[in-house]
Parts: sequence; structure tokens; C-alpha cells
Amino acid sequence: MSPAVPLPAAPLLELRDLDVSFRTEGGWLRAVQGLSFTLGAGETLAIVGESGSGKSVSALSVMRLIPDPPGKITGGDILYQGQSLLGFSERQMRQLRGNDISMIFQEPMTSLNPVLSIGQQIGEAIRLHQGADRPEARARALDMLRLVQIPEAEKRLDAYPHALSGGMRQRVMIAMALACGPRILIADEPTTALDVTIQAQVLDLMRDLKDRTKAAILLITHDLGVVAEMAERVIVIYAGRKVEEGPVRDLLRCPRHPYTRGLLGAVPRLGASLKAEKAGRLLEIPGTVPRLDQPIIGCAFAPRCAYAVDRCHRERPPLEARDPGHLAACWRAHEMEPL
Amino acid sequence: MLAYAIRRLLATIPVMVIVAIIVFSLLYLTPGDPAAVLAGEQATADDIARLRLALGLDDPFLVRFGHWVAGVLRGDLGTSVFSNRPVLDLIVQRLEPTVALTAASLFIAVLIAVPLGVVAAWQSGRIIDRLAMGFAVLGFSMPVFVLSYLLIMLLSVEWNVLPVQGYVPIAYGFWPWATHLLLPALSLGIVNAALIARITRASMLEILGQDYIRTARAKGLSAPAILIRHALKNAAVPIITVIGISFALLISGVVVTETVFNIPGMGRLVVDAILRRDYPVIQGIILIFSMAYVLINLLVDLSYGLFDPRIRY
Amino acid sequence: MSPRQSFGRLWRRHPTLIIGGLLLLLMGLAAVAAPVLGTIDPQTIAPFDRLRPPDGQFWFGGDLIGRDVYSRTVYGARISLAVGLGVALFSIILGLAVGLLSGFVRLIDQILMRVMDGIMAIPSILLAVALIALTGASLTNVIIAITVAEVPRVARLARSVVLSLKEQPFLEAAVTAGTPFLAILWRHVLPNMLAPLLVQGTYIFASAVLTEAILSFIGAGTPPAIPSWGNIIAEGRTVFHIAPHLVLLPGLALSITVLAVNLVGDGLRDHLDPRFVSRL
Repeated sequence: MSPAVPLPAAPLLELRDLDVSFRTEGGWLRAVQGLSFTLGAGETLAIVGESGSGKSVSALSVMRLIPDPPGKITGGDILYQGQSLLGFSERQMRQLRGNDISMIFQEPMTSLNPVLSIGQQIGEAIRLHQGADRPEARARALDMLRLVQIPEAEKRLDAYPHALSGGMRQRVMIAMALACGPRILIADEPTTALDVTIQAQVLDLMRDLKDRTKAAILLITHDLGVVAEMAERVIVIYAGRKVEEGPVRDLLRCPRHPYTRGLLGAVPRLGASLKAEKAGRLLEIPGTVPRLDQPIIGCAFAPRCAYAVDRCHRERPPLEARDPGHLAACWRAHEMEPL
Repeated sequence: MLAYAIRRLLATIPVMVIVAIIVFSLLYLTPGDPAAVLAGEQATADDIARLRLALGLDDPFLVRFGHWVAGVLRGDLGTSVFSNRPVLDLIVQRLEPTVALTAASLFIAVLIAVPLGVVAAWQSGRIIDRLAMGFAVLGFSMPVFVLSYLLIMLLSVEWNVLPVQGYVPIAYGFWPWATHLLLPALSLGIVNAALIARITRASMLEILGQDYIRTARAKGLSAPAILIRHALKNAAVPIITVIGISFALLISGVVVTETVFNIPGMGRLVVDAILRRDYPVIQGIILIFSMAYVLINLLVDLSYGLFDPRIRY
Repeated sequence: MSPRQSFGRLWRRHPTLIIGGLLLLLMGLAAVAAPVLGTIDPQTIAPFDRLRPPDGQFWFGGDLIGRDVYSRTVYGARISLAVGLGVALFSIILGLAVGLLSGFVRLIDQILMRVMDGIMAIPSILLAVALIALTGASLTNVIIAITVAEVPRVARLARSVVLSLKEQPFLEAAVTAGTPFLAILWRHVLPNMLAPLLVQGTYIFASAVLTEAILSFIGAGTPPAIPSWGNIIAEGRTVFHIAPHLVLLPGLALSITVLAVNLVGDGLRDHLDPRFVSRL
């Protein structure tokens, strides 16, 4: 009798060949093309790319929160615990949002509702998903505020967002997202808008909470410094496509795609990104992201790539494994040396 | 808050003074002898002289203005040229129907406009939005008397469900009062709903594009919860403001509606005063309506804090 | 792009502008061609045609003294459009003058604006009623009276444009360079004023047509002898229960005209969409 081979459990979240497009005046803009990845329970996966690369769009499509119109998921599938989210009704999706999967956003200044108190905003998800009554929800909201280490939590409960600093607001956002104990937390540039010292504090808090809650984190960022601090695996996307994927250590030590190398060169250490962005030079890679409303022939990065050869302009390189678990889509990936 | 309210109340005094100056001096801006115009074409020289005396036209301007303001402050708005009764008494007699009509119309307008604007913004660009906004443009293109007659024809002449004319004081029973009021209030309410609906939609559209609405959706809230709890409260300030402004339109509407439906209110009083060239009455009514307008908009200002905690006084 | 293509583009983007424009054009043509379109002289009294129902000859029927309501309505377009156009023009000219003075001369800004606030606090119908009661009913006086009530809206708009333009570096540069004031006005201020004033002007047009009709209807507008829409409706209202068409058909013409102007205004606002217009 052969020993029972356990089937590999379905990953917590899986994207299969996801296509997301936006209708514009000039036709369809293909924001995400053929994106696939998996996220295991308790894992932290980072998605890295420039603004406009499609990373935020893919995060929003997991929640099915792409504004439609103009956006539309035009192909592929999104599986949560093996179930296709694209087949879910809006009602089913609402039961998932904020409960199984929750999200924190980049701008803590604008992502909180200015006319509702902190307590109301944290409490409403608890009341909605866990059927708590008003006093219960209030008590739970207070617990959450303490969990995210907000000083004088009782007083803050009745405060309005405008009375809090940016770092405090982002803590409130985190408390809101974690209020119902989600399995997946999607964090879209959670620290980009914050001061450097506050960034470090918020990242520490997120790491600490992750250990306690065992939630998987899908971290969207353009800052490889943040990735090094937080993530276990990384996906790099460019012009809507995945160009590289691998364990954080491998990928940072020996990036196989010239675009990743460019990102690393441009963002050398944690915290430098915000100032660089203000100075108008987020990335020191020459050139701009290609237009996505026209078909791209060859490698999308080739026009900006120092390594590009003739073939890069003609044929799109396939995503191929170089080391175990480390994939890259570059004709010259094998030539890349460790940094 | 109280200090702020008092400060704002005091700030309305200059506006009221200017209103008073305008209303008073209008009489003297007219070309020729106002007494001759007011007395009409058949008047004899004797009639005109008597009118000049009654209006105090022979005194110097400032003296007359002083007398008049002193009177107004004592509650004396002058005396009707036609009936020889104090203008204030005439107005007080006609107050109830006008207040009832104004309040009912405003209530109906808000009841129609806010849900319409909210749904239009939510369904922006879709067929419901287009229908709602089409209705809105139609609403403020249609004069209130045309709409009144359409409704009269539909609801009273064809179906015979509502009384067409007149006003029954609320003291004679709620039901007769309400049925007589419904048709005029509906006409006026629909016309005023148009403007409020447009502003509601515009304000809601702006709010629905905000980041915190996306946050609310990410929490799993349903559309009604997002629209009412999260969006409408944020969109409230412009909506309240336009309701205050629409009060001016409402007053014009009241004058017309009272004429159409034979309601013995201040609007009818002013129309009758025009026909009788009874300027002191016209003057008094303008003053009262303008004061009401300024006070309503003061209340609107003071109410902002209820909707937006960022506004502190 | 050929004219046909650009028209098609305009049609797709701003259908309201085109529909409103066409309707307005139609009304304008009716007003100009009233003597040709009116089948019977609008002032002819014919006792036998009293309250005659609409038929092939009297399209909108006959009124209380047997005048042809269709002809009267067609002539009424002249009155309404003249009032709308007149009020829009005069209130823009006056409002622009007040707004420019207020925006550029700080000394009188406060006084002018308080006066404008005062006028705005008086319901426009009542202000017009008072003016007409005092000056006597005539078409000119109606136009003047409505204009007085509309001026503050234009003045406020013009002032706000001036104030935000004064913040702009190009205006400062022009002042520093010693450009004469009138040249600054002509080259920098007025061009920026054009779009918002045009949009505001169409809305004033629409509201003036409505106000004129209301004034006539309550007996404080154009003299009863003139066939303005408000007068025609006011005359028909005493017999509304037996001849509702005497009120509703002229009312329809009035509503369509105001609708047309409002559609043009909305279309212009969306089409021009300069910063200042979005505040209207």
C-alpha cells in the first residue's frame, strides 16, 4: 500500500493569467496582462513596480474594486481558497471584503472619512461582518486602537481624522483593516506618504501584527527597501506584465532582469524614496513607461534598457526559471551577475 | 458657538441696512413724481397732493428715511394707501398660508431632490442619471404656473382627487388643510427640486471619487450604506447651501402659486398691492421677505458644523 | 478635420448644446418671421371666435375676445427673446463694470459688494415688482427691472475672476513691465472673462424669460396690450377649466424656450469648462 500522498493544498490566493483593461478615448488600455502568482497562508508577497505599472490595479482587482466603467477584468481568474472570485455575486464579494480580505491604502490623509469618528469607522466593519451591536463594536474598536499602539485610545475613539497625524491615521487604517481578523491583508504603498521615521514605526507595527494575526500580506510598493524589510517573496512588474519573481534574498542579491537592477540602483535604502519622488526623480532609469493602449512588440522594457539587443525589440522574452523559484523574462538573464 | 452665532447675526445688520436703504430709496429713484405714478392716470392734482402728504414726500430725503427706519424698528411698516390699515397688520393676517406653503414646498423639494441627486450620482452616466438630470433641466425651465395648471388638470379636473382653489387654516383641521395645500406645494416643490437635485448630484459625484469611499467599499459596505452614511454627509454642505439660496426662488414661486391657487397669503397681498399701487405694502413685504431670506441663510451657515466636524467656530 | 466631422464630434460630446441651439434657433426664427407665421393678426378682435377651440384656422384656438392665440404666441416669442437678450446683455455689461471696479479698486470693493449683497437679499421678483410699480409698466422698464436684479450675480463672478487672475504671475509680470492698465484689461483679463460670462449670460437669459412671464402673469409686467406669453397665459387663466389649451399651449412655448436656453448654457459650460465656469 502506497502511503497517501497529500494533495498540495490550494494556495490562499491565486491569480491566473489575469487581464485588466480600461476603456479610454483611444481604445482599450491594457493595464495588467497575463499576471499570475500565488499567495500562501501567512506569507508576505511584495509586488514591485513604478507607478502605472499595474500593481495597484491588480491589488484592487483581487477585491473586485476596479471602477467599472471604465475598468474591466477581461481575462484570467482570481481564486480565493480555490474558489473563483470572478463568479461571486456582489453580495458574496461584500461578505469577503473587510472580513476575509482587507486593504490599506497609500494616502492616510484622504482614505479616512472626515465626517465620521475613528470609533465609528473601525466599528462599522465589526458590526457589519460580526453582527456586533453598538457597544460591542465600540469595545472592539478600542481594543484595535490599543493593538496598533495608539496612545490615549479612549480619547481617540471619538476623535475625527483631521485631529490625527499622518502616522496615527495610518495606524487607524491598519486597525480598521485588521478589525475582523482577515486572512489576507492587501497593503497598497502603506508607508509611501509618511515621514521616514514614521515609515519605520509603521513597518515595525505591521511586522509585529503579522506575527500575531497570521494574516498573509500582499504588499504593493515601489520601494525595494520596504521589500527587504517585510517580504518573503517578490514579484516585479513592468508595463502590466510580470518580469521577475523570486525569494527576496535571491532577487535582491542577484536580480536577473535589468529593470529590477535599475530599481535597486535607484532606490538604495529605506526611506529615500519619498524625497526622491518629491524631487521628481523616483527612478533614475532613463525613458518612460510605454503606452499601454497600443500593442507592444518585443520586450516592453527594451527602449529603456542598457542591455537591449536586436532580439529584445522583436521578440518578447518568456518568463523562465534561472534558479529554483527565481524567474525572469529577459533574453540576457543568464548573463546577469550578482550585485 | 454662541459667540459665533451672535457675531454672524450682527454681520447681517449691514446687509439689512442696505436692503432697507434700497427698498426705501427706490421710491425716489423713479423718474418724475412718484406720487403721480402711484396715484395712477385718472388721479386729480388733489389726489396726488394728498398722496404726497401721506407718503411724506415733501420732507427732505434723510428726514423721511429716518422717520421710516425709526418706524420699522418699532414694528411700524407704514400704512396702506388703499385700506388705511397698518402694513404690519395686513402682513400678519396673511402670514399663515405663506409660511405653510413655503415650508411644505421646501419639504417636498428636498424629499424629491436629495434622493434623486444621490441616485443620479451613483448611476452617473447611466440611463437613470440621464432621466433624473433631464427631469431637473425640465423642472427649472418650466414656470411654476405652467406646472401648476398641468397638475390642476391632471389631479383635480381629470381625476378629481384634490381641491383646486383656496386655503383652509390648519385650525380648521389637519386634513382639509393638507389637501388644499398639497397641490400648490407640489408644484412649487417640483420646480425647486430641480436646482437642489443638480447640486446634490454634483456634490455627490465629487465625494464618490474620494479615497475614503474606496475605503468604505473595501470594508464590504453595501451601496446604500456608502451613499448615505459615507457620502451624503460629506456632500451635505453644498446641498444645504443651495437649499438656502433656493429660498429666494421659492419666494418668487410663492407669489405666483398663491395667485394661481387663490391662496390669501403674502404673495396675493403683494399682487393686489401692485394692482392698487399700494407702495407701502409692497415696501413692507419686500423688507419682510428679504429679512427672512437673510435669516434662513444665516441658519444655513450655522448648520455647517452639524455636518462637518472640521468646521469649528 | 472637416466641418462635418467636427459637428459629429460636438454632437456626440455635447448633444445638449446642439438640441438647445436648434430649439433656440427655431424660436428665434419664429420671432423674426412672426408676421409671416401668424395666420391672423394677433390683435384682431372677433366676437364670434370667442373661446373657439383649436382647429385648422385657429391652431391654438381663440381667446376671451376672439383673438387668435397661435398668432399671439408667435408674436410673444419676440417679447420673450427681446427681454432675455436685453437683460443678458445689459446685466453682463453692468455686472462686468461693477466686478472690474470691485476687483481692481480696493477702496470701493467693500462698499460695492455690500450693495450687491443687499440687492441679492431682495427676492428678484419683488425687486422687479417694486421697480415696475414705480416706473409704470412698459417693455423697457421690465428689462431694466430684471437687469437690476441680475447684476449682482455677474458682478460677483467678474470680481472673483479678477481676484484669481491677480494671483497669476503673468499679470504681475505685465504690471511690473509697465503695461498700461487698459492693455492689461484687454489682453489678459477680458479673454479670461469670456467663457464664464458667456455661460452665466445664457443662464441669465433663461431666468429673465421666466421672470418676465411671471411678472406679466401677476400683472406687473409688460402692459396687457402686448401679447407676451405671461399676458396670454394670465388672460387664459380665468377660463382654464373650460379652455385649458389657452394656458397650456403658450406655456409650452415658454417652457421650450427656457429649456432651450438652459440646454445651451449646460452645453457651453461642459464644452468650455474653464476653471471659473465649474463654480457656476
